[in-house]
Amino acid sequence: MPNLETALFVFMLAAFLGFELIRRVSPLLHTPLMSLTNAIAAISVVGAILISGEKEASTLSRVLGFIAVVAATVNAVSGYLITDRMLKMFKKRDGAER
Amino acid sequence: MNNTILELFYVAAAAGFILALKWMSSPVTARRGVLAGEIGMLLAVVGTLLRHEVVTYEWIALAFIVGAAIGAPLAYLMPMTAVSQRTAVSQACGALASALIGTAEFYREVPSRGTMVALTLETLLGFLTVTASLVAFGKLQELLPSRPIVFKGQNFLNLSILALAVILGVMMILSPDQRWIFPIFAFVAVLFGILFIIPIGGADMPTVIALLNSYAGLSASAMGFALNNKLLIVAGALDGSSGFILSVIMCRAMNRSFTNVLFGAFGQLQTSAAQAEQRPYRSASPEEAAEILSNARSVIVIPGYGMAVAQAQHKLREMFDTLTKRGVDVRFAIHPVAGRMPGHMNVLLAEADIPYDKLIEMEEINSDFELTDVALVIGANDVVNPAARTDPNSPIAGMPILNADRSRTVMVIKRGMSPGFAGIDNDLYYMNKTLMLFGDAKSFLAGIVKELGAARA
Repeated sequence: MPNLETALFVFMLAAFLGFELIRRVSPLLHTPLMSLTNAIAAISVVGAILISGEKEASTLSRVLGFIAVVAATVNAVSGYLITDRMLKMFKKRDGAER
Repeated sequence: MNNTILELFYVAAAAGFILALKWMSSPVTARRGVLAGEIGMLLAVVGTLLRHEVVTYEWIALAFIVGAAIGAPLAYLMPMTAVSQRTAVSQACGALASALIGTAEFYREVPSRGTMVALTLETLLGFLTVTASLVAFGKLQELLPSRPIVFKGQNFLNLSILALAVILGVMMILSPDQRWIFPIFAFVAVLFGILFIIPIGGADMPTVIALLNSYAGLSASAMGFALNNKLLIVAGALDGSSGFILSVIMCRAMNRSFTNVLFGAFGQLQTSAAQAEQRPYRSASPEEAAEILSNARSVIVIPGYGMAVAQAQHKLREMFDTLTKRGVDVRFAIHPVAGRMPGHMNVLLAEADIPYDKLIEMEEINSDFELTDVALVIGANDVVNPAARTDPNSPIAGMPILNADRSRTVMVIKRGMSPGFAGIDNDLYYMNKTLMLFGDAKSFLAGIVKELGAARA
């Protein structure tokens, strides 16, 4: 694991950035926010692809990697789609006037 | 393609995620935020597929198809009352992915000690989040009892199991070549996930789901350390801090500490003989309620999860429309912990076409109750219980509540006089200015809407 210091720096900065960004989100949107961050956590798909796509991967790696890619894809796809579905419902009166 | 160029894909992906969160700050830009997040994820996936060490594509493609085939219906068919369940399932999937990748990494070759630290954290958080999320799902879906499951010595057992997991983790870090430890470690993590969630009651699930969200993010971040991948570190940290803040907000809204939520087994049935003597209360019919509402100038509706259980949102919107047309000022007061996840009420009301500028958060609306003619409580209980303010011995003492009791008239739609989740009697119901409207929320509101319409014709 090279560059531990850089990695820790990146982590620290991202965590503080996350705090600042999330604090600004109105409670009105906390549910979609949670679905969205949940979808972003599906970034583990990157690791899953690296594990299962390797040339010399063992059978164990292939199997675990395959399941991991499926699971992360479920996480990402359903997370993004439902966030958008929820946000579509938030309307102001002007738009909805009949 | 050159891996250095591909690093740029990751940088752009991280920027996409940051913009996604930034744009979530307002409902006007939020959908743009989702798009930014999607583009970020796409760039991350493409940037990874193009790397030269990735050579086998068939299985990955198949996995994408299977994952999308499960994920898309999950997103479109899930009713909005059950978004919390979907989040729990989705979280379990994300955590499973990172736990399994950690496992595969461990067995690929004997990791260095530094990598082992990251892998230990990744798999510990990953495995425990999987089972904890699944149990949370079971409780939310009511497949498992939503009341806390408690037994003697539970906290001691849970802490011992956690301690065992930590000891095994340290052993693995000290000697990564001791391969036999890993399966036991994984098993202990899985077991801890189950045990730590069963004493937590249904009403505390918003906090717990947010906390698990944070764990899933931290697990992904730990994976970033193990794989030396900064995109994973960034995305995981963003998710980790988001889940953490939301759970802190939830705790604060209940005036409880993390420790109390996690170990307090809140919401057990109070079996003590403290059954208060029958106190007098007043009740009213839909006709009377409609009469009062149509003569009011301002109304604040306080919805709780009970409203969603009764599927009363759409009738509520009809009432909102009718009253608004008559010039009554109708607004909705949203308590942070109403519903089954943070902000749940807003989504349910928005789904019923209630404009979001009428959904007001607690701190903003609480001072307006004194000038309000009618506070209409629908399926909420503990969040309007004045005992939180007045009775220092109440289990909910100090919890910020909506000041429904300060409005001129209070109306409460409720099935009967039974106490709420916290099992505490509610003085609000026995006040002189309170009218109890007994019945199913949906049909009662339908009755009010019908009366309002008839009165106009």
